[in-house]
Amino acid sequence: MVSLTADDVKKIAHLARLGIEEKDVASYTNDLSGMLDLMTQMSDLDTDNVEPMAHPMDQVQRLRADVVTEQDKREKFQAIAPQVEAGLYLVPKVIE
Amino acid sequence: MHNKSIAELAKGLRSGQFSSVELTTAFLDRIKQHSVLNAYITVTEELALEQAKAADARLAIGDAELLTGIPVAQKDIFCTEGVKTSCGSKILDNFIAPYNATVVDKFNNAGAVMLGKLNMDEFAMGSSNETSYYGAVKNPWDTNTVPGGSSGGSAAAVAARLAVCATGTDTGGSIRQPAALCGITGLKPTYGRVSRYGMIAYASSLDQGGPMTRSAEDAAIMLQTMAGFDDKDSTSVDLPVPDYRVGLNNSLEGLKIGLPKEFFGEGLNADVAATIEAAIDEYRKLGAKVTEISMPSLKLAIPAYYVIAPAECSANLSRFDGVRFGYRCENPADLTDLYTRSRGEGFGKEVKRRILMGTYALSTGYYDAYYIKAQKIRRLISEDFKAALSEVDVMMGPVTPSTAFGIGEKIGNPIEMYLSDIYTIAINLAGVPAMSVPAGFVEGKPVGLQIIGNYFAEDRLLNIAHQYQQVTDWHQLIPNDFE
Repeated sequence: MVSLTADDVKKIAHLARLGIEEKDVASYTNDLSGMLDLMTQMSDLDTDNVEPMAHPMDQVQRLRADVVTEQDKREKFQAIAPQVEAGLYLVPKVIE
Repeated sequence: MHNKSIAELAKGLRSGQFSSVELTTAFLDRIKQHSVLNAYITVTEELALEQAKAADARLAIGDAELLTGIPVAQKDIFCTEGVKTSCGSKILDNFIAPYNATVVDKFNNAGAVMLGKLNMDEFAMGSSNETSYYGAVKNPWDTNTVPGGSSGGSAAAVAARLAVCATGTDTGGSIRQPAALCGITGLKPTYGRVSRYGMIAYASSLDQGGPMTRSAEDAAIMLQTMAGFDDKDSTSVDLPVPDYRVGLNNSLEGLKIGLPKEFFGEGLNADVAATIEAAIDEYRKLGAKVTEISMPSLKLAIPAYYVIAPAECSANLSRFDGVRFGYRCENPADLTDLYTRSRGEGFGKEVKRRILMGTYALSTGYYDAYYIKAQKIRRLISEDFKAALSEVDVMMGPVTPSTAFGIGEKIGNPIEMYLSDIYTIAINLAGVPAMSVPAGFVEGKPVGLQIIGNYFAEDRLLNIAHQYQQVTDWHQLIPNDFE
């Protein structure tokens, strides 16, 4: 049985910049431990000489000519942003 | 009108039996009448009628394709320019897509009419449609049960005749499982066959869009429009698209069917097993030869999937940050608070669970033990498929271990929910195409037969499903109250 602690879960949530409510920490801890348990089955299989597979067809990234293909859609994209000003996306002050 | 196939509707539109505006209006009325199913998140009535008028004009001048004027519906994972695209999530509840997915463009170019956007599990993460921010969808065969997921709205809408056909997406079974539970036909194409551009990403190396229809013939017509190379999708495969209808009537004499014994073991409901065996007997009568095969690494598909999919999801969903689009929390104290609370308030519980799992699997010290190990197992699974498919033409088995379960029955137990995808997940890891075909009923609830084929053999799968649908009528049955 793999088990995570509540602190582990809070640390992972911080890495993901994901707010989770204090009252839910216990259930996430329990669920994630259950998932990790399921995953320990993977160690039943010897994979020493197996190459990891990232793509179903082992396809590599396609290359294309280095030319501009996208049109400027800045206004369209900014129209759906939570907060913009003078063509910039606004966030709370980062530098003091 | 609402029970006709795409080919029959196309004929009716051309002979002047009805117009696309009339057809579209009939479907819009049905959507209103059966809103209790909660299949749609957004109904685009005005747009649909506009598109129907344009389709009628195209039909009048003889410039129509098979889908011209046919009312279809899009899973709300496909971006539709100017129309809300929520992906079933609160975080995108205010998101009006600024561009179309390639799949949506293709339907528009074909002159299809879009009725609206269909409900789904949040970010396609779920097997019951219960994780949607917009509430559960009901299964038209029994409204106390789930339609499956994540394309639950698509499956319910097609089964209840609230759209002629619909798009779905399948990362671990999300087309095939709801198709099975709602008694419709669903096809997950080979990875790379259908463009993922504008299809909101969950697990990029597994996601694939495909048709959800009443029959294999309709699926062939839909796939014809959806498939093809797309420069805008870096994982799109540049291979010619065959004519999917030309071989539908080919004989199945001598077809070699393999039954993976791992699909018929412990956990499979006995009545579902009997239904699947009866379907396979039909194939024997059609001239197929059936042998048992073995896929030894299949049992590790679920653990490998629940490492790979959450890992990719945690990376993909990092784009939802409350800065450029989507939900932003009120009065953020600083930038970290903005990210953390926007995401915390915007995502639902299942999505958070998978982001946490994926973040953990990719974090320092665990990457090799989980992510690399899972990718190695993925290769072994894919080699099992390649070996099996070099000996048989297709594999068959159940789509799900049981019929539709009750709303609320499994949602509290995520692991149990994950295990309900046991027969579908390995197919995505291998990347091969597979279908769900209506094969009968157990206590009034539909059962789906799964047919798994070789890479890019969608035409063969459609042929095999179509031949079965010539000798059975499961796919034509309509749920009570939705005639």
